[in-house]
Amino acid sequence: MATLTQAPPVAPPPAPEKRPPRRRGRWTPYLLLLPGLLWLLVFFALPVIYQASTSVQTGSLEQGYEVTWHFATYWEALSEYWPQFVRSVLYAASATVLCLLLGYPLAYLIAFRAGRWRNLIMILVIAPFFTSFLIRTLAWKTILADGGPVVDALNALHVLDVTAWLGWTAGDRVLATPLAVVCGLTYNFLPFMILPLYTSLERIDPRLHEAANDLYAKPSTTFRRVTFPLSMPGVVSGTLLTFIPASGDYINSDLLGSTDTRMVGNVIQSQFLRILDYPTAAALSFILMAAILAIVTLYIRKSGTEDLV
Amino acid sequence: MEQYEPDRLSPAQEAAVRRSFRNGRAALTRRSLLRASTGGALAVGGLGALSACGIPAAGNTQGGVPAEDHSKEEKSVSFSNWTEYMDVDETGRQHPTLEAFTERTGIEVKYTEDINDNTEFFGKIKPQLAAGQDTGRDVIVLTDWLAARLIRLGWVQKLDPANLPNAFANLSPQFRSPDWDPGRAYSYPWQGIATVIAYNKKALDGIEVKTLSDLLDNPKLKGRVGLLTEMRDTMGLTLLDMGKEPEKFTADDFDAALARLQRAVDKGQVRRFTGNDYTADITKGDFAACVAWAGDVVQLKADNPDIDFLIPDSGYMMSSDNLLVPNKARHKTNAERLIDYYFEPRAAAELAAYINFVCPVEGVKDELAKIDEDAANNPLILPDKAMQAKSRAFRSLSSKEETEFEEKFAKLTGA
Repeated sequence: MATLTQAPPVAPPPAPEKRPPRRRGRWTPYLLLLPGLLWLLVFFALPVIYQASTSVQTGSLEQGYEVTWHFATYWEALSEYWPQFVRSVLYAASATVLCLLLGYPLAYLIAFRAGRWRNLIMILVIAPFFTSFLIRTLAWKTILADGGPVVDALNALHVLDVTAWLGWTAGDRVLATPLAVVCGLTYNFLPFMILPLYTSLERIDPRLHEAANDLYAKPSTTFRRVTFPLSMPGVVSGTLLTFIPASGDYINSDLLGSTDTRMVGNVIQSQFLRILDYPTAAALSFILMAAILAIVTLYIRKSGTEDLV
Repeated sequence: MEQYEPDRLSPAQEAAVRRSFRNGRAALTRRSLLRASTGGALAVGGLGALSACGIPAAGNTQGGVPAEDHSKEEKSVSFSNWTEYMDVDETGRQHPTLEAFTERTGIEVKYTEDINDNTEFFGKIKPQLAAGQDTGRDVIVLTDWLAARLIRLGWVQKLDPANLPNAFANLSPQFRSPDWDPGRAYSYPWQGIATVIAYNKKALDGIEVKTLSDLLDNPKLKGRVGLLTEMRDTMGLTLLDMGKEPEKFTADDFDAALARLQRAVDKGQVRRFTGNDYTADITKGDFAACVAWAGDVVQLKADNPDIDFLIPDSGYMMSSDNLLVPNKARHKTNAERLIDYYFEPRAAAELAAYINFVCPVEGVKDELAKIDEDAANNPLILPDKAMQAKSRAFRSLSSKEETEFEEKFAKLTGA
């Protein structure tokens, strides 16, 4: 206290005419953030809290549900449905890898080689979004129908014998097998891979390629040492945008799969809507969220692109 | 004595530091925002909040909760139905039977097709009904098991027989007394849904199919058989096939039927469990035979002559979609008049001619023959005596059984 009284008199406040612009500047960022934060609060934070609460409740529809901190639901859900979890991760990872293998060359082509066709190809990539997700998935049932041209061709080439031996397909059909589900996932999420890849490839200065060439780098070396490292942000965001929704997807498994291809999304759907076991469904959602978060964190750490996502 | 304070900042410096936290670069990093928002979320959703959001008991009212009936002063009734479950004229915008009703009674019908799925619709109206509020709907159409649940929960109103003379007189005997609503105190059927076996002649290629056992056992049909994800339909046919009665089976019977299906699934006999999307599979021939709904089969058969249906000797499952008046509906009398109207042979025939489900009204045949001779003779629309005799219903389940059976059945289907 003594120090306060002895402190030298505070300098007079700055002239008032300088103040208004500063004050406005101080609050603008918060005001701009307000709608977004409110949105997140209402549509993300509150539902998450509500689900967290549901997952530790017990009861029934008639008697109502009460929070009893019954954490065993998590363990029961996990021990009961771990195969579906493993399958979800496996299918989503396969689809992501396939998307990357298919999407990278296409994005590369659009960014560097397409010339005046660039816009047209971009439109073709986005065009499927003009129809509904369901219709697009159902279309695959026609494409892959038993006795259809695709399946006949694959049978004639004995490709399906190999995939059946690997356990990807069953008998001489493609539909209602794991392969069909992974194909469906790959198809549906491919644009989510191509767009970020394209954006990061397009940003690469072509002069860097010329420079690499001048320094006697072979095309393959240029790709390995220059292009690919510079496109990493696109690769990372593309894989995340593909993997995360794919692991929670249940439509593809529902329409293109069979009883042995059910993913965790199917379990959550049936728990919520058919069995009406809300706690188990909520617990499953949380386990899925945690699993994805863990996998993604690990992935970002490994790929060393923390600041790019 | 003055206290020693190390590195004391001058007031000006202190102010500068404070300002920089609010205004400078440090003020708004993503990280600090993340930290702030997590902190906020934790504060909002602290443990207290977690325990506060339990779900209240769904209901305990018996006999439903009426609201003040505004039928007299407000000449309207709002009717929520499934999509494509009503006759339409050539323009595709008018519903002739509803127009005729309005013309005669002066009651305007607000017709909405907002039901796509029983479970989904239940989720939609649950909050209002649980809270004892008006859903804004006077008539809703729900399948047996959900209608049973709503009656059990006390969420629908008892109907006044005085307003339902036609419905009482003309209701077809096989729909008169379901065990979940004896004597139809709360509900009247809109349309009946027969679950039968459909097959694709081309895909079967001479393989003979007569019963569900043929579908589940014939190795020539491996991977080309479809079953429905509707537990009651698939399990009902299986129970019948095993000589059990779906009206009074026990938990052991259920388990035995489930094990029978599980064996077929494990053998790879069953290609998939489907909802309505089986129609695509059977048309393309991906399914050689499947469990199917009669209303779809009538339509599929008209489009593709290879598709046909069979009724197993053991019988077929019959369920219905039912008209119900939810609690607090504002126009109960108008709703009852609308329900009664659809039990007049003329209106019922017009509807049956258009939507091809099983008509729950007696004495429709002559009226229907005037509109469509084929439909009048189709046992899937107007079941004859022999057909009616084979019709069976799934018994109602307690909520505990429902959860248990649905869970076991979901495991069978993979989820």
